[in-house]
Amino acid sequence: MKIKSIALTAVAVASVVASSAAMAQAKEQFFPVLVYRTGAYAPNGVPFANGYVDYLKYVNAKGGLNGVKISYEECETGYATDKGVECYERLKGKGATVFQPLSTGITFALTDKAPGDKIPLITSGYGRADTVDGMSFKWNFPLLGTYWTGADVLIQHLAKKEGGYDKLKGKKIALVYHDSPYGKEPIAALQERSKMHSFDLQLLPVTAPGVEQKATWLQVRQSRPDYVLLWGWGVMNSAALKEAVATGYPREKMYGVWWSGAEPDVKDVGAAAKGYNALAMQHGAEPNAKIVKDILATLHAKNQGTGPKEEVGQVLYMRGMIASMLAVEGVKRAQERYGKGKVMTPEQARWGFENLALDQKKLDALGFAGVMRPVSTSCADHMGASWARIHTWDGAKWGFSSDWYEADDSILKPLVRASAEKYLAEKKIQRRTPADCQS
Amino acid sequence: MGPFLETLIGGLMTGMLYSLVALGFVLIFKASGVFNFAQGAMVLFAALAMARFSEWLPTITGLNEKALVNIVAFLLAMAVMVAVAWLIERLVLGKLVNQEGVTLLMATLGITYFMDGFGQTIFGSDIYKIDVGMPKEPMFLFENIFQGGLLVNQEDLAAAAIAAALVAVLSAFFQYTSTGRALRAVADDHQAAQSIGIPLQRIWVIVWSVAGFVALVAGMIWGSKLGVQFSLSQVALKALPVVILGGLTSVPGAIVGGLIIGVGEKLSEVYIGPFFGGGIEIWFAYVLALLFLLVRPQGLYGEKIIDRV
Amino acid sequence: MLYRENGQFKTSYRADQQIFPIAQDRWVILALLAFAFLAVPVLASEYLFRAILIPFLILSLAALGLNILVGYCGQISLGTGGFMAVGAYAAYNLVVRIDGMPVVVAILLGGVFAMGVGVMFGIPSLRIKGLYLAVATLAAQFFCDWAFLRIKWLTNDSSSGSVSVSDLSLLGWRIETPVDKYLFCLGFLVLFGLIAKNLVRSHIGREWMAIRDMDVAAAVIGIRPVYAKLTAFAVSSFIVGVAGALWAFVYLGSWEPAAFNVNRSFDLLFMVIIGGLGSIMGSFFGAAFIVVLPIVLDNAPYWFGIPIDTALASHLTFMIFGALIVFFLIVEPHGLARLWSIAKEKLRLWPFPH
Repeated sequence: MKIKSIALTAVAVASVVASSAAMAQAKEQFFPVLVYRTGAYAPNGVPFANGYVDYLKYVNAKGGLNGVKISYEECETGYATDKGVECYERLKGKGATVFQPLSTGITFALTDKAPGDKIPLITSGYGRADTVDGMSFKWNFPLLGTYWTGADVLIQHLAKKEGGYDKLKGKKIALVYHDSPYGKEPIAALQERSKMHSFDLQLLPVTAPGVEQKATWLQVRQSRPDYVLLWGWGVMNSAALKEAVATGYPREKMYGVWWSGAEPDVKDVGAAAKGYNALAMQHGAEPNAKIVKDILATLHAKNQGTGPKEEVGQVLYMRGMIASMLAVEGVKRAQERYGKGKVMTPEQARWGFENLALDQKKLDALGFAGVMRPVSTSCADHMGASWARIHTWDGAKWGFSSDWYEADDSILKPLVRASAEKYLAEKKIQRRTPADCQS
Repeated sequence: MGPFLETLIGGLMTGMLYSLVALGFVLIFKASGVFNFAQGAMVLFAALAMARFSEWLPTITGLNEKALVNIVAFLLAMAVMVAVAWLIERLVLGKLVNQEGVTLLMATLGITYFMDGFGQTIFGSDIYKIDVGMPKEPMFLFENIFQGGLLVNQEDLAAAAIAAALVAVLSAFFQYTSTGRALRAVADDHQAAQSIGIPLQRIWVIVWSVAGFVALVAGMIWGSKLGVQFSLSQVALKALPVVILGGLTSVPGAIVGGLIIGVGEKLSEVYIGPFFGGGIEIWFAYVLALLFLLVRPQGLYGEKIIDRV
Repeated sequence: MLYRENGQFKTSYRADQQIFPIAQDRWVILALLAFAFLAVPVLASEYLFRAILIPFLILSLAALGLNILVGYCGQISLGTGGFMAVGAYAAYNLVVRIDGMPVVVAILLGGVFAMGVGVMFGIPSLRIKGLYLAVATLAAQFFCDWAFLRIKWLTNDSSSGSVSVSDLSLLGWRIETPVDKYLFCLGFLVLFGLIAKNLVRSHIGREWMAIRDMDVAAAVIGIRPVYAKLTAFAVSSFIVGVAGALWAFVYLGSWEPAAFNVNRSFDLLFMVIIGGLGSIMGSFFGAAFIVVLPIVLDNAPYWFGIPIDTALASHLTFMIFGALIVFFLIVEPHGLARLWSIAKEKLRLWPFPH
């Protein structure tokens, strides 16, 4: 027994020592892929991861980044902050270009570490809402939207539905949210709007992972809000819809954030979820997009796709794919400055993300016609675009049910600024100078 | 009055569902003295088995009638749980016969990890459907007395009925059959039971199988309500206060405890919760159980702990 | 042959009562400490520090605290995560609200707050025993989980509930690099290890062990159960609180309440049981096992060059973890510390068989 335990410890020590030996730096652009394919959030994490990886494979199949091949490695985080940090520490040493944690909790943890390690973070549609301010957060890129823009667009849509902001006065809006940094993030923006338009905001937290919601929906039934905003993730979304069905709350009055409006959330409930609306951060389910057809032809036809064929074009798959595309385009933009056909360092890639200029022509050429609107970032604005639409589940698929909205910067900018200043003061970091932007 | 009654009824139903899971704990503790932390994982594993089998059967055998598919899937899942019970007894319990409670507890925690990983490997991590024809639409009673009617969840009602039936069957089993009596004898004193010829190994396999059956029924009902996914194993954490409130060794205790915890939980969340910002359900259930324990340290119906010096 | 005490005569009671009476033991421990303080900072890589050594040090401190409660006093507690959270958030509030608060003082005061909460949640142990107590301590865990999510004052009104600290320094020594953090944690661990070892050898430790073995008999001979149990909760929670503050400040840097959830409590209980209940050495072994094993399992496929789907790798990690726990419990229910003491006993006789 003694020998066995000695042998076990020896193997453990040897393997750990071996791992700390530096990996050879290949002439490839390395993308770490933080995923969660297990645990309570897996149903939503898996299609996102598949979309992300599929796009990377697609880029390689089309010749890479101006000739530079992409290499990637998946790391399982299980939506847990400590595992996310551990993945980060392990993969950053391999020349990671950019991290996309797909978890607001992990984003908060990495926001502190990334500047020290000089690796950019893309948090497209999640993360800290105040990181839009690129002058305060040099290394964070909440491309395409944050929870504050999402909340803002939802209120705009509801006002439009009611016939004007003045009609919102006296209405009751309930927020059923995941009790975590993710779920709490929109509260500040919603409270601001609530003050402006005098509607009643009822906050109903659901303890993670959000499977038990009976009491929450009994409260919804008793207070009879005019609208329910759903800010859930993973299993919480379908549980919410099932409880809504069970308490008879009309699904047409429910509006989910873009992380609560995808197939895994509704397919279990099926026809009973008909009428449920959700935000679409520019894209929705896009089975007819050119890029989808390209990927099916290039990868899935040759059995090289990650994940099943039926998933390609679904909402979360598209989200992952677009996140991947933004990362790739950012690196390509960096190559325009630092050398086409060369491997970009994370700092160079950061410049690329800060100077993204994807106009409609470029997006169409990439295959995103009708799916995306132009994205252009700058030193002060790390978000690049805040377009969103509403899509509705008709019992079998998602279909767009509104025009394009853009978040109201006049309301959000002061909030962002205040929050960013608070962060800088707490961390004793100086705001960036305009000169720094040119570097 | 209406909302209060709704919450009360909702709490009672939820309580029955918790009792279903708690029954598994009680059964195993009663008969083998092991606090089976793996009950949650067993519920998940059983539910996954049934969900996936009911999905795979039509494609493999061509059977399409829903009721038949469900029954066959249920039986197959039951067979799987019996196999699991046998393996656990063989590989784990048999080797840990005379260890302390804490060691056995940790062993069941180890089994939990193993079953979580194994279940997800074989059956997957997505949300799977169990469709046993439970009614999903809400029922509104007494619409003339209460404005908007009194909400009664039909699915929960059916589940409560099933749970009650199960408890009745189990109580009868323990009371009137010879195997039931043997189980009670083993729970009382292993060595005495062995000395009069009761086969310990077989009894343990039977107990774990019955617990597996209870887990399957619980998994079926919870899975039908919420969808079968990894987070279903967290339901066990919600059933723990029920077990300790009712007493670790009492089947009726599991029911009464379940009802108390269910009602307490829902009423606290709806009426006290808003003052504290919400989300107090989980710890309230535990604190409620704790308060009961302070009055009766062995649970409401548990056996009094007698220490010999 | 090597591990004999021939010629080692003690000439004072003090010498006779020291922690390591055998000279060889003292040398080995001193060598180990020298290695840990002097050699490791030079030899180990950054990844080794960040991912293995620092979590190992902090978690062994927490396991030490829990071992005092569970192993020496016999009160099973599943609320350890909550106590760690109390220590972490208390220290955070002190650092954020009081300008110029030294980090070490904040961490120790965090431990004091955790001690208060621990004693409060330990009061039920005067009436409830065994498994019932284990589940009752979960009330502490879930309450703390909820409190740090809901009570905004505790997280300095951060909108998301996530908090962070930076700029740790001790008397002018800035603790930034992994080596700094490692030495900082090592200092705490050595100090508290010494304190714990002496506590359990003293009369209070004996009271704890008496309560653990036969609490009714202990009460009969005059040991006050209230005093013994509550001091066990107090000391244990203090150490666990300090470990929690270290975990948050040094290892995580930025955290949310989910970092101290019930899985953390289970992990610590595993460490204590696999390491060995009622043994200071056991806490270290258990922590090493639980910290290193998942990392080895997670990375093994890459070293052997077998590309496994991450989901499968993660599931396999769970399965092997669970299987190994069961295996260790079957093979040596008293934990790794028992294996260690058997090894030492055999070494005393070596090369003779008996």
